[in-house]
Amino acid sequence: MSTALSNKQISAVELANQHYEQIASVDKDVHAFLYLDKEGALAQAKEVDKKRAAGEKLSPLAGVPLALKDVMTQKGVPTTCGSKILEGWRPPYDSTVVSKLKNAGVIILGKTNMDEFAMGSSTENSAYGPTHNPWDLTRIPGGSGGGSSASLAAFEAPLAIGTDTGGSIRQPAAVTGTVGVKPTYGGVSRYGLVAFSSSLDQAGPCARSVLDTALLHQVIAGFDPKDSTSINQPVPDVVAAAKKLDIKGMKIGVVKQLAGEGYQKGVENKFNEAVAELVKLGAEIVEVSCPNFEYALAAYYLIAPSECSSNLARFDSMRFGLRVGDDGAKGAEEVMNLTRQAGFGREVKRRIILGTYALSSGYYDAYYGSAQKVRTLIKQDFDAAFTKCDVLVSPTAPTTAFKIGEKSNDPLAMYLNDIATIPVNMAGIGGMSLPCGLAEEDNLPVGFQIMSPAMKDERMYLVGGALEAALLSKWGKPILDFAPKLVGSK
Amino acid sequence: MSLNYDQAIATYEPTLGLEVHVELNTKSKMFCGCATEFGAQPNTQTCPVCLGLPGALPVVNKKAIESSILIGLALNCSIAPFSRFARKNYFYPDMPKNFQTSQYDEPICVNGFLDVEVETDDGMKTFRIEIERVHMEEDTGKSLHVGGSTGRIHGAEYSLLDYNRAGIPLVEIVTKIVPNTGKYAPQVARAYVAALRDILRGLKVSDVKMEQGSLRCDVNLSLSKTGSGKLGTRSETKNVNSLRSVERAVTGEVIRQANRLESGERIVQETRHFLEESGETRPGRSKEQAEDYRYFPEPDLVPVVPDAKWIEELKKSLPEKPADRRARLQTAWGVPDKEMAAMVNAELLDTVEETVLLGADPTKARSWWLGEISRVANDKGVLPTELISVKDVAQVIALITIGELTDKLARQVVEGVIAGEGNPTDVINKRGLKVVSDDSRLMKAIEDAIAAQPETAERVRGGNIPAAGALIGAVMKATGGQADAAKVRELLLKHLGQ
Amino acid sequence: MAAISRDEVANLARLARITMSDAELDHLAGEMDVILGAVARVQEVAGSDVLPTSHPLAVNNVTREDLVLPSLTPTEALSGAPASDEGRFKVPQILGEE
Repeated sequence: MSTALSNKQISAVELANQHYEQIASVDKDVHAFLYLDKEGALAQAKEVDKKRAAGEKLSPLAGVPLALKDVMTQKGVPTTCGSKILEGWRPPYDSTVVSKLKNAGVIILGKTNMDEFAMGSSTENSAYGPTHNPWDLTRIPGGSGGGSSASLAAFEAPLAIGTDTGGSIRQPAAVTGTVGVKPTYGGVSRYGLVAFSSSLDQAGPCARSVLDTALLHQVIAGFDPKDSTSINQPVPDVVAAAKKLDIKGMKIGVVKQLAGEGYQKGVENKFNEAVAELVKLGAEIVEVSCPNFEYALAAYYLIAPSECSSNLARFDSMRFGLRVGDDGAKGAEEVMNLTRQAGFGREVKRRIILGTYALSSGYYDAYYGSAQKVRTLIKQDFDAAFTKCDVLVSPTAPTTAFKIGEKSNDPLAMYLNDIATIPVNMAGIGGMSLPCGLAEEDNLPVGFQIMSPAMKDERMYLVGGALEAALLSKWGKPILDFAPKLVGSK
Repeated sequence: MSLNYDQAIATYEPTLGLEVHVELNTKSKMFCGCATEFGAQPNTQTCPVCLGLPGALPVVNKKAIESSILIGLALNCSIAPFSRFARKNYFYPDMPKNFQTSQYDEPICVNGFLDVEVETDDGMKTFRIEIERVHMEEDTGKSLHVGGSTGRIHGAEYSLLDYNRAGIPLVEIVTKIVPNTGKYAPQVARAYVAALRDILRGLKVSDVKMEQGSLRCDVNLSLSKTGSGKLGTRSETKNVNSLRSVERAVTGEVIRQANRLESGERIVQETRHFLEESGETRPGRSKEQAEDYRYFPEPDLVPVVPDAKWIEELKKSLPEKPADRRARLQTAWGVPDKEMAAMVNAELLDTVEETVLLGADPTKARSWWLGEISRVANDKGVLPTELISVKDVAQVIALITIGELTDKLARQVVEGVIAGEGNPTDVINKRGLKVVSDDSRLMKAIEDAIAAQPETAERVRGGNIPAAGALIGAVMKATGGQADAAKVRELLLKHLGQ
Repeated sequence: MAAISRDEVANLARLARITMSDAELDHLAGEMDVILGAVARVQEVAGSDVLPTSHPLAVNNVTREDLVLPSLTPTEALSGAPASDEGRFKVPQILGEE
C-alpha cells in the first residue's frame, strides 16, 4: 500500500475513501469502530497528497489509513475508552502516539471499540456493545483491543494501534489472525494513553503482516520527555529485523508452564507445528522452565486493579465526562457516587473494588505488596531463561475465539485468557503475536507468541518475520484469505 | 468551672507537633510546565497534567527537588539516598486526580532539628525541635463556595474551582513530637514557625507569606496529666495563618482540652479549624469512619536518587543560618538581647542592616526605624519600609552625624519624605531645614538676644548658667529653630565668659 | 481466607465513591471472595527475602528543567466541564471540610 502511494498509483484521499466504503459495508456487522473522523482523516489525506505532489520527502507510512483504539486521546475527537462515563468527551490534547502518527502523515480513520477502560479479554465489556470477530460474527474478537484487531481482519484498515496491559493487543491478534506487538515497557510513550494499570500499560502496533507492524512500530516508538517511564534510547531497527528472514543458529525457548491443561488441543498442535518450522529454518529449540509464571495471573489481578482503582478516581464528574444527579440539592460527593455508579460497567466496578481492597491498610502487604514481589520473581525467571535463549515462545492464548456470551458470567474463566500473555507485562519485556494456523476443531486462527528481552524488540521481529515467511509459503496464501468473506466486503 | 491557661498548664503537660507546608517559588509546577504566578485569571495556568485529564502523566521539576534538599540540609536532615513518590488516595474536588502525588515511607529528607530561642522567666532558653521528615508533594486547586448563609463551606449551594494552584510544588516539614515545653508551648510553636520562615526566606525557595498561603501551619496538640508519663489524644488544628495565630491556637487548644479533661470527657482525635476572631478552634468535618489513603508507590514516576556530589555542592551553597547571622550582627552592633529581639519581632533586622551597610550608625539606624518610622507606620497601617527608603534614612542619619541636621530637624525631614515631598535633600531645600551652623550668623543672633535681655546676660556672666536657657530660647526662636541648640549654648556661654 | 462481608464491600464502595445497591453489594462480595481466593496464591511464594518491583525499568532521576511551557487556554481547560461559570469549573456543593 505504501509503495502504491509513493508511486502515486493511488492517492491518500482515494485510499481513505476506499476504506470508509469497506467500513460502511461491513462495520454494521463487525462493529469495530465507535467513531469515524471522516472530516479529519480526509483533511489529513489531502495534506499528504499535496505534499507528495510538491515532491516533499514523506515517511513510508504517509497516506496509509489507521484505526486507533479509543483509549488514546486525539484532540477534538470523541475518546470514550469504551465507557459511558466519557461519552462525548473530546480531549483538548493529542497523545504523543497520535502526534507522531500525524507527523508521519498516517491517516487516522477513526476510534475503535474496546473493553471498557481496557479491562477484559473479549470486548464484551464495552458500554457500546461488543465487536464481532470477522472470522465468525458470533464470536469475540478478543480484548481489550478487539476493535483494532477486527478492523484489520475485516480489511477496514491496514494498520491499527492497540494497547496491551495483560495481553490486550496480542490476544485479539491471535484470535483474529492478525499481528500485534507489545513493545518493551517504556518503548512507546504513554502520554495520552488513558491509564488502566500504569506499570503494565503499553501502546503498540497492529497490522496484517510482521513488516507492516514493524513500519508502524518505527513511527510510534521513541523517547518522550512527557512520559517519565519512557525509554531514553534509540528505537531498535525493527524494520530491518522484520526483513532479515534469517534465524539460523538462534536459540528459541519453549516455556514449559505455558502449555498443557487449559490449552485447546488445536491451539497446541498449531503451536508445535510452528515450532517445527523454526527448526527447519535453522533455529535450536530449548526447553525452559519458569516456575513463577504460575503465579503471574494472580499477581496481575492484584496489581492491575490496584493501580486502576487509583487511575480511575479522576472520573468524578467535576471537570469532564458524565455527571449524574446534579439537581442542586445533592452534594459533590453524592454526585460523584451516582455518576460512577451510572458511568462504570460491571467489570470496571469489580476491579476498582478489588483494587481498593488490595491497597487497604491491613491488606496491603498480603495482597499488593506480595504481588509486587511475584513480579520480581517472574522477572528473575525471564532473566534466567534469556541466558539460555534469544527469545521465548508459547501459544498466545489458550483457546481460539469463543462465542460471545460464553464466558461473560465467569470472571475467573475470562481472566484465564491472559494466562500466557500476562507474564510479559509483569516483567516489562516485549511480546508479539502472529498467526500460525487454524485450529482443526473449529478452523479458527491460532496465535503464536514470541517474547524478547527488554529493549531487544528487534528479536521478536526477526523471528516473527522469518516464521511468517515460512508459513506463507507453506499455506500458499496469507491466513486472512482463509477467512470467510464478510457480507458486503469489497 | 472554666480553667484559664495558667490553671490548665499547672495540671497538664502539653505535647506539640507541627506540620508546615511550604509553597515553593519555582517558575513552573511540580509535575508540569504550567506557570505558578499568584493571582492569575482562573484556569489560565492549567494543562492536561495538572487538571488530571485522562492520559496525562507527571514529570518531576528538578528545581523542586533541589529546593527540598536545601530545606533538608538547612534543617540538619539526612538526605535519603533513595526516595520515591507515592499516591495518597482520597476524593476531593480541588484535587484533580483524586489522589495527591506525595511521598510516604521514602521521603527525601529525614531526622533533622531546629533550635529556637524563647524568652522564659529564667531568661532566654533554647528548645531543640526535632524534624521527623521533609517531603515533596503538590498543592490543590482553590474552591470558591457560592451561596449559603455565610459563603463559608457549610450551606454553600455550589462551588467554583480554579486549578491554577493545583500542582504547585509543596514541601511538607513535619516535626517529631515536641515534649517538655511546659507553659511555653505557645511561644515555642511560634518561635519554631518564625525560625523556619527565616530559614526558608534565606534559602530563597519560597516567598513564605503566611497571609498568601505560601507558608501554612497545622498545629497538633495533646495534653497529659503532669507526671503521668502517658501521651494524650491529639487534635490537629488547621487554618493557622499567622505567627500570632500559631501562638493563640496552641493556647486555645490547651485551654479547651484541659477543660474537657477536667470535666471527665475524653479528647476526640480530630481535625479542627482555627477561628481568627475568637482564638478558639471548632471541629472540622466529623468523619464517622477514618479515611484510608491506600498509599502505594507512584507508578508514573521513577525514584529520586540524589547524587552525593550534588548534595555536597548544595551544602556548600547554603546561606548563613539566620541564627548565626543574628548573633554576628548583635556582636558587631553591640545590641542587648531585648533590643535584638525587638528588631527581629518587628521584622526590621534586614532593613536596619541595609541601612547600616549604607554607612549609617547602627544605634541610630535602629532607633529611627523602630522608633519614629514604626510609630507612623503603625498609625497608617503600613509597613515601615513602605513609608521611606533605606537610602533616605541612611542619608538623614549621615546628615545628623556630620551636624547638618539636629534630631529635631531630622524628624521634620523624615516627616516630609513620608508625606511625599521628595528625598531628604528636596525636603531640606523646600522647607529650608538646614541647621544654622554659620557661626557669624549665630553670633549675630546671640548678640541680639543679649541686647534684648541684658539682666539675664548679666546673671549668666555672674555664674548663673541655667539662666542662659532664656537666651538660648530667644536665639532658637530667631533662627526659626534651625540652630543647633548645643552650639548656641557653647557660643553664648563663651561669649559671656563662661 | 476469610470471606469478605457485604459491609466490607460497602466500605470499599464508599472509599471508591461508587453507589451500589444491596443486591450489587451481595453479588460483588461473592465474586470478590472467589477472586481473592484465587489471587491469594501470591502469598505462597512471596517470601520476605524477595524485594518488590514497582517498576519494570530500573531507571532513576527522570526530571525536567524548571521552565514555563504553554498552558491550555481556559476555554480548552473547561471544554469538557459539565458546568462552568466565569472561567471556573462549577461543581455541586462540597459538604464538610477536608
